[in-house]
Amino acid sequence: MKGFFAIVGRDLRVATRIGGDALTLVLFFVMVGSIVPFAIGPDKAMLAKLAPGLTWIAAFLSILLGLDRLFRNDAEDGSLQLYKFARTPLEMVVAAKVIAHWLLTALPLIVASPVLAILLNMDMETWLRTVLSLLVGTPGLVALGAMGAAVTVSLPRGGLIAPVLILPLAIPVLIFGSSAIAGQQAVAATLFLAAISLVLLALAPFAGALALRVSEE
Amino acid sequence: MTVDLAPKPNWFARIANPSQFLGWTRPLLWPLTILTAIAFAVGLYFAFLDSPPDYQMGDTVRIMYIHVPNAWLSQFVYGVMAVSALGSLIWRHPMADVSMKAAAPLGAVFTALALFTGSLWGRPTWGTFWEWDGRMTSTLVLFLIYLGLIALWRAFEDQLRAGRVVAVFTLIGAINIPIVKFSVDWWQTLHQPSSVITPDGPHMPGSILTPLLVMMAAFTLLFATLQLKAMHTEIRRRRLATLERQRAAMAEGAK
Amino acid sequence: MIDLGPHAVFIIWAYIGVAAAVVGLIVWTVVSGWRVEGRIAELEAQGVRRRAEKAS
Repeated sequence: MKGFFAIVGRDLRVATRIGGDALTLVLFFVMVGSIVPFAIGPDKAMLAKLAPGLTWIAAFLSILLGLDRLFRNDAEDGSLQLYKFARTPLEMVVAAKVIAHWLLTALPLIVASPVLAILLNMDMETWLRTVLSLLVGTPGLVALGAMGAAVTVSLPRGGLIAPVLILPLAIPVLIFGSSAIAGQQAVAATLFLAAISLVLLALAPFAGALALRVSEE
Repeated sequence: MTVDLAPKPNWFARIANPSQFLGWTRPLLWPLTILTAIAFAVGLYFAFLDSPPDYQMGDTVRIMYIHVPNAWLSQFVYGVMAVSALGSLIWRHPMADVSMKAAAPLGAVFTALALFTGSLWGRPTWGTFWEWDGRMTSTLVLFLIYLGLIALWRAFEDQLRAGRVVAVFTLIGAINIPIVKFSVDWWQTLHQPSSVITPDGPHMPGSILTPLLVMMAAFTLLFATLQLKAMHTEIRRRRLATLERQRAAMAEGAK
Repeated sequence: MIDLGPHAVFIIWAYIGVAAAVVGLIVWTVVSGWRVEGRIAELEAQGVRRRAEKAS
């Protein structure tokens, strides 16, 4: 377990040290929310209706944007090779990185969601439900993203293709994420969302480690 | 006197050699092609000339004769790819890679056709070309996964390394297949539930079942034929790559 | 012609689309094969050989 926490801590320190990456993604998140009224018109009632879905889209895009960072830096500086032969199993390394990535990417987005709530005219209850659904659903998205990032780590321009791979599989998360906020069966949708997130979180360490292993020459 | 004591490799190992595979399967191509053509001829005869309009749907049931086979193939081809992916990762069987790569574009086209024919069926039957219900959404997702896999193959220069990475992702994407399959049972929205393979037997009368089954056989044979031919081409393509590398090396050496 | 009912246009377009796609697939598969074989024949005519075939 020591190795596990060490990797989480390392990723957190490295990301905050280079500085600005977490803030850039939050900025992107807020900007996506901001351009929506320009694109579809500032009618408040319509914005309020679309706000939950738009928040989810903005969160999803922001997570996609930050994915490449997950394994590529380690692959480039050789740490990935060390991880493959370390005492801590590679699966645990991937799990640790997924958690660190969620803390660095999804959590700031959730913290920044009030800004989006104001821009998109969400009322308090809708916003609270949005936060809950993001909390439940983004771990699944990050896990899925990690699998995509692991599969494309060996490609020089792989960062472009990972979102394309992940998007189809993320559609169920988006469907239930939106239903959990505004749908008729919000409770059932939230439970489904939690189930999906758990399955993805359980799968990601094994699939990601396998992908990392077969990626080497 | 010499005695050959080496253990004879079983057929599984023998077809791992590309040239062996080519040799063994080449004679199958023409018979398969002819069988496919016959199956389509019989199927089309039944579809248009020997089957009645459905009492509920009218003549649009004839669209079902090409919609269901394509929908079935879209899942079946992914199954073939998933099994090949396992063969590639677990046994490192060289033909598994080739099989996966050949199947991907075929599966993509069949899925697209399933969506296309389904859309044309939906308009007269339900009044809409598209609806975001469980079956249609998950089939669209399946189509996008096929396209993603094809893109992934093309992103790699070294196709041998690509094979293993694509295999991992094929297996990840396989989660979607049960969702497509059971989406009509889980979400009772628009697309009808299973009517052929149910616990009480098919829900359709024989006159409608016959063209359906014949067309399903015809399409499956079509896939088998195309898959085999595409695998041959892929094997030859890899040989071509070796030759081109050889030629480049020769040019280097001659300088 | 056979009477296909009030929605004939959908049925016809469905079959046309499928036929076009199937024919397209067949043509693409066969032509890809020809192109690869042509290229291989070209290279072999130039005297390029696989290592395994070089006279030992």
